[in-house]
Amino acid sequence: MSENIRENKLESAVNPMVGLPHGEISKDKSHNNEEVAALSSKLADMPDYEMVLKGTGACAGCPSPMGLRIVGKVLGPNSVVVMTPSCTVASTGMMPKSCFDIPVLNCAFASAAATASGITGAYDALIEKGRIKGPKPTVFTWIGDGGTYDIGLQGLSAAAERNEDFIYFCYNNEAYGNTGMQRSGATPLHAITTTTPGGKTENKKNLPILMLEHKCAYVATASISYPQDLFRKVAKAKAIKGFRYIEVHSPCGPGWKIPWSETVDMGRRAVKTGAWALWESENGKFTINPPTLQIAQGKAKPASLEEYVGLQGRFALVTRSPDKDKIIAEMEEDIQNDLKRLLARL
Amino acid sequence: VSKRIETGNTACALAVQACNIDYMAAYPITPQTTLSEKIASWAASGEFKGKYVLVESEHSAMSAVTAASATGARTFTATSSQGLLHMHEILHYASGGRLPVVMANINRAVLAPWCLYADHQDSISQRDTGWLQLFCACHQEIYDSVFLAYKVAEKTEIPVMISYDGFLLSHSLLPFDTVDDEIIKKYLPDRDPAWFLHPENGGNFSNVAMAAEYSAYRHRLADDTMASLQVFRDAINEYENLTGRKQPGLIEASGPEDAEIFILSMGSMASEMEIVASELTTQGKKASALKVRLYRPFPSEELADILPDGSTLIVLDRNIAYGHHGGVLYMEARSALYGINKKIKVLGGSVGLGGVDLTTSVLLDEVNRLLGGEKA
Repeated sequence: MSENIRENKLESAVNPMVGLPHGEISKDKSHNNEEVAALSSKLADMPDYEMVLKGTGACAGCPSPMGLRIVGKVLGPNSVVVMTPSCTVASTGMMPKSCFDIPVLNCAFASAAATASGITGAYDALIEKGRIKGPKPTVFTWIGDGGTYDIGLQGLSAAAERNEDFIYFCYNNEAYGNTGMQRSGATPLHAITTTTPGGKTENKKNLPILMLEHKCAYVATASISYPQDLFRKVAKAKAIKGFRYIEVHSPCGPGWKIPWSETVDMGRRAVKTGAWALWESENGKFTINPPTLQIAQGKAKPASLEEYVGLQGRFALVTRSPDKDKIIAEMEEDIQNDLKRLLARL
Repeated sequence: VSKRIETGNTACALAVQACNIDYMAAYPITPQTTLSEKIASWAASGEFKGKYVLVESEHSAMSAVTAASATGARTFTATSSQGLLHMHEILHYASGGRLPVVMANINRAVLAPWCLYADHQDSISQRDTGWLQLFCACHQEIYDSVFLAYKVAEKTEIPVMISYDGFLLSHSLLPFDTVDDEIIKKYLPDRDPAWFLHPENGGNFSNVAMAAEYSAYRHRLADDTMASLQVFRDAINEYENLTGRKQPGLIEASGPEDAEIFILSMGSMASEMEIVASELTTQGKKASALKVRLYRPFPSEELADILPDGSTLIVLDRNIAYGHHGGVLYMEARSALYGINKKIKVLGGSVGLGGVDLTTSVLLDEVNRLLGGEKA
């Protein structure tokens, strides 16, 4: 662990927001609506089923098994998952071991969506011909942002357009984690990665909105830090036939240069600052979820972006910049503009 | 059995349709397109009983059929030229994953520059992907090779590529005999894989392997590829017995028993070569045409057995093995004949690239030039 991370750990430990999830939502008057109710349902009420078995080789605090665990609780054991080269695969356990309770098909990096298309289509054909008995397994992918935003985008777009019957999960940690944190199309402006040592000079693309424009049956953004919201969205997606896209925001300790104990906190901060927005679209009906809705509507004060940025070593060049205030103000403005665009979709 | 006069692509489509395919994915590219269009018309009319998916690239076509194959489905795709090159990464995945995908590759030249016509550079560039490769010299071979391909692919769990020349075969009309569906059903029962991707079976397919496991898989694929020679021979015998129709061997000789000159080639050129050999024989040079039906694995034993001591072998390739003289068949032949107890003179060159017309007279000239000591 570098000194940098230790320092961050200290900073976050004294931050009053740590350990106070949903503090701002509880003050909001929309508290009683169905979504907030779902959001506040207990993890203990979720099914006992564990898709991720003990012994995963993931880093301590890795968001991938956290997210996949919740996904598994909804999808259950009659599922098949497609994975591409990623931290999740690298931490599965070497052949012949596997830390997953369901079958995994590992495919080439650019192939996730076409591979899932092949599986779901073949199941349809084999079930129709009576060669596979029982209910159709749920086919889903668990792919990082590199495999989604960059090398896999063509196949993803086409599978969405064909309305293939599977759920595409992107767990977005905003860089190529498995190869050691290189920049991806999901890396935010100013973030240091191993290939952007001077900070990224381009904006990230807004892939969830791009997927929304594919007119998919279901598109949602989620966060590993809001497991109840993720659970509810996966449950909704599971009940729908056709192409479904769920992107799960996934803060990465080594990549973001944050203490491994702070993954969940950083995910909450991302949402509460508005840097990551929670929304969903079901057959064209667009909904912004709390707390993003309240922040976007100005009913809740966004959490401090300066703190969010300051706690992450990957933004060290912003934090240390003499123009820090100006840069943070620009970042805040970008966030507000994105939120306004979301509101305009309601 | 019925006699048909169709294009090569239709001959291929008819055979594919008879195989009860479960899953097909395809992407358009000339000269393959009329094949996938034909099957699309049967998918629209309900005659094609599988799932037919129109993907956005050949990379996705191969990704989709390999994944479908992992579920136990019988799969098919077809491509040409750049499309095959675009699939390259997944070709390795299919063979490494022991997924018995069958694909038709309608041979066409590769970039640069653009060229639409027959050339084997696309197929031979996939030589070391671990696919078994059949080449066809006529429509009958295209039609029969499809059944043979599924038979061997599913027996060995190694994917098979069927190659035939763009336009020369894909778009030309030639007669061929079809086989009754009942016979095909007997020859090719539903696929029954040892393992398939399903929650009831578990497993982690293609997980990260350490060197020991990885090398074991690769050596096994190499060994099984060589062993597939006998699987092909057996599959041809069974097909002959069921259909009552003589099949060409892995390397088929056509010419006088006492030939002294042999001309080795593959693709549509090999059909033309039968006339060339006959012409040479008439001219007093006893010649036999050797047609390569199986390119991968290469039937070295067959070639060595056919050639008598003291004979001359001329190898004409519709491709170039860059960095070596001539094309890939020339290399194969030299390798197959090295160290055997016969003295055979081997000459060779590359001809017909990018669809240069290989008429009997052009081929005769090439053969005579090589016999006269000139390089092609």
